[in-house]
Amino acid sequence: MRVDSIIRRGLRGVLAVATIAATALAATPAAADEQYFGVPSSRVGPYAAMGTGYYGGIIDYLNYVNLKFGGVNGVKLTWEECETEYNAARTVECYQRLLKKGDQKMVVFDTLGTPGAYAVIGRMAEDHVVLAQYGYGRTDAADGRVWPWVFNAAGHYWGQIAVKMNFMAQQEGGIEKMKGKTIVHLHIDTAYGREPLPAMREICKEWGVRLVEIAIPPPGLEQQSQWLQIRREKADWVTFWGAGSGMNSTAITTAARVGFPRNRMVYVTFGGAEEDMIPAGDAAKGTYVAANAAPGKFPLIQDIEKVVYSAGKGNMQNPERVGTVYYNRGVGAAVMWVEALKNAQRIHKKTGKTVNGDEFRDGYEALDISDAKLKELGILGMSAPFKMSCTKHDGSERFRMMQWDGKKFEMLTDWVAAPDPKFIRKLIEDSAAKYASENKLTPRTCSS
Amino acid sequence: MFYREAGQYFGSYVQDRQLLPLRQDRIGMALMLAGAVVVVPYVASDYWLSAILIPWLILALVALGQNILMGYAGQLSLGSAGFMAVGAFACYNLILRVPGIPFLVAVALSGVCAAAVGIVFGLPSLRIRGLYLAVATLASQFFIVWALDKFGWFKNYDTAGVVTAQHIVILGHRFTAPWEKYLLILAIVAALTLAAKNMARGSTGRAWMAVRDMDVAAEVMGLSLLRTKLQAFAISSFYCGVGGALFAFAYLQTVEPSAFSIELSFRVLFMVIIGGIGTILGCFLGAGFILLMPVFLNTVFHAFLGKAVDSSIASALEQVIFGVLIIGFLIVEPLGLARLWQLTKERLRLWPFRH
Repeated sequence: MRVDSIIRRGLRGVLAVATIAATALAATPAAADEQYFGVPSSRVGPYAAMGTGYYGGIIDYLNYVNLKFGGVNGVKLTWEECETEYNAARTVECYQRLLKKGDQKMVVFDTLGTPGAYAVIGRMAEDHVVLAQYGYGRTDAADGRVWPWVFNAAGHYWGQIAVKMNFMAQQEGGIEKMKGKTIVHLHIDTAYGREPLPAMREICKEWGVRLVEIAIPPPGLEQQSQWLQIRREKADWVTFWGAGSGMNSTAITTAARVGFPRNRMVYVTFGGAEEDMIPAGDAAKGTYVAANAAPGKFPLIQDIEKVVYSAGKGNMQNPERVGTVYYNRGVGAAVMWVEALKNAQRIHKKTGKTVNGDEFRDGYEALDISDAKLKELGILGMSAPFKMSCTKHDGSERFRMMQWDGKKFEMLTDWVAAPDPKFIRKLIEDSAAKYASENKLTPRTCSS
Repeated sequence: MFYREAGQYFGSYVQDRQLLPLRQDRIGMALMLAGAVVVVPYVASDYWLSAILIPWLILALVALGQNILMGYAGQLSLGSAGFMAVGAFACYNLILRVPGIPFLVAVALSGVCAAAVGIVFGLPSLRIRGLYLAVATLASQFFIVWALDKFGWFKNYDTAGVVTAQHIVILGHRFTAPWEKYLLILAIVAALTLAAKNMARGSTGRAWMAVRDMDVAAEVMGLSLLRTKLQAFAISSFYCGVGGALFAFAYLQTVEPSAFSIELSFRVLFMVIIGGIGTILGCFLGAGFILLMPVFLNTVFHAFLGKAVDSSIASALEQVIFGVLIIGFLIVEPLGLARLWQLTKERLRLWPFRH
């Protein structure tokens, strides 16, 4: 019988593969002086450009620390990858899979995506894992009293929108000139796209700006009707909050088709990279982007090229992408992991030893990245200086504005802050307090 | 040899009509349930429980709902994720707004809410059939997710639009450990599966199948099409709603419309097709295949190829292989994995002989 033999052969195959998997799943014992990191990468699907660059940067930096310094004070860095496809359910699976490896436990998790961050954010306190949102994720987690385990070392979306509004006001010639203007917030229809809205609505109300919110259903490859609506609304500015190079470049080409000037469009950090501009061709010229990690061959990036890539151990499939926006952002994120690890070893007197989640959390909270420190690391100008504290779990809240010149980004400003940081801080604390009361949490008390 | 019915006589109709007439099946099922209840919570790690078994059971339940509608009643529908979203949000709002409501009651009521919505979106089935109906039910998917996004009330005016699901509390006990949640879900899924099996082999199921095979003939024989079709929509949506509530509360721990996108609807549809249309077992096998195969491939690839091949290529290869596997299974056995199991059983009956 044909079917029989197929089953028999199939069964044999299944058995063979199952054996392979069983050996794969079997824990590999880790030596005492290793620090294990889980890397939930997203290398396929519409967000692949972002994921390959970002996680490539992270892995390259970890590799760099191992190759150049032999790890952190002798502690070798190890990591394991898991593919999330930028999908919340898969992120939860990856989180659980990466959580433990042998006798080591993950200390930090970085989803590079707001949907994934929201899906795991509730598990951090229970599992003693730091959620390092590097410039994305839940904004009110910047209140460390309510969210002891969540950090954002690169500035959040509320700070970002405030910086952008300020930039627009500068271009118009002052805040008073903004009165009566129309801003369209064109966003992908997910939590990430709506994240800046609470702050944006408040600022617009204060300035007397008319805010029009237009949503694009994901994956956002068709935006004709949205851009025609933008024309009808006679928008002065568009803040674009997209995800994935397909959607981001489509916005530019569609804007060009309906004749909306590109130098009136301000892109979000996660939509404004070389990979998002190049597909749009010449149409992209003039687009503004806010950056939390500036592109360029900073000293550290050059050193990574020298140490990692000349040894043939680079993670980027296309070495040309080293030094681009997403790559540098990944390097920035990994620098914070390693600096936090150094702090943790110092604070808990475990120099040269593996630290656990609690110790790593203390180390991350003690991050004090000054200009001098950035210079020492070789990334002065790439990341903004900041200092964390028990209450303040966000980064500098400063961004650099840049403009695409058709081939590369041109930096327009140095790190600029939101005009009224206290106002954003109040929004954050109100929102965090609302969350705490809804979920019956008692915020911890902080001395600083 | 293993599946010989020789020597097993039925002395009454009750025995003849029982759920598992064969002794071997009864023993096998008892062993499997005992294993699932007693052994698995002890043996399985937290990863296996919370990242594999819990979503598998929940999605199998949803696939069961889809299969009732599509496989038994023959109404092609594409809105299962939408009904899951109704269940998840109903459960969140019930616990939020009705003080002291027991969790299981909230879950059951969210199923009822989903069933009510299902009936409304099932109305077009009275006039249109087949692929046209699938397109009409597609509207439910988009409308529900849009409505949940649009009206802040559903999300208690949360600024981000992603709300944290409340804890599962039953009789004052908080279900936090993965094995507790697993047992809770296992109990719910087992009960609902038993109910589905009984519906499918009883008069309800016969009415569905009559409508599926030829609705004009079914009507001539005195079946009310209105009642049968809407009943199938209601029960199917009930299963999806319960599944959605469990998916949000026991797996994701967040309630968010975009988790219930059209993509999930398609995945549920594929689970039913790969598992076996019109079978209960197929729902579990299909959910296992669609849910676990990508995870399995990812683990294998990163363990063996991760160091040799570029991880971006490995990730892309996984998807290619997954697609090839789906096509391969459908060519080898178009009737689904459940049919493969049936063929294996027939073979075991003859073993060690070939014919």
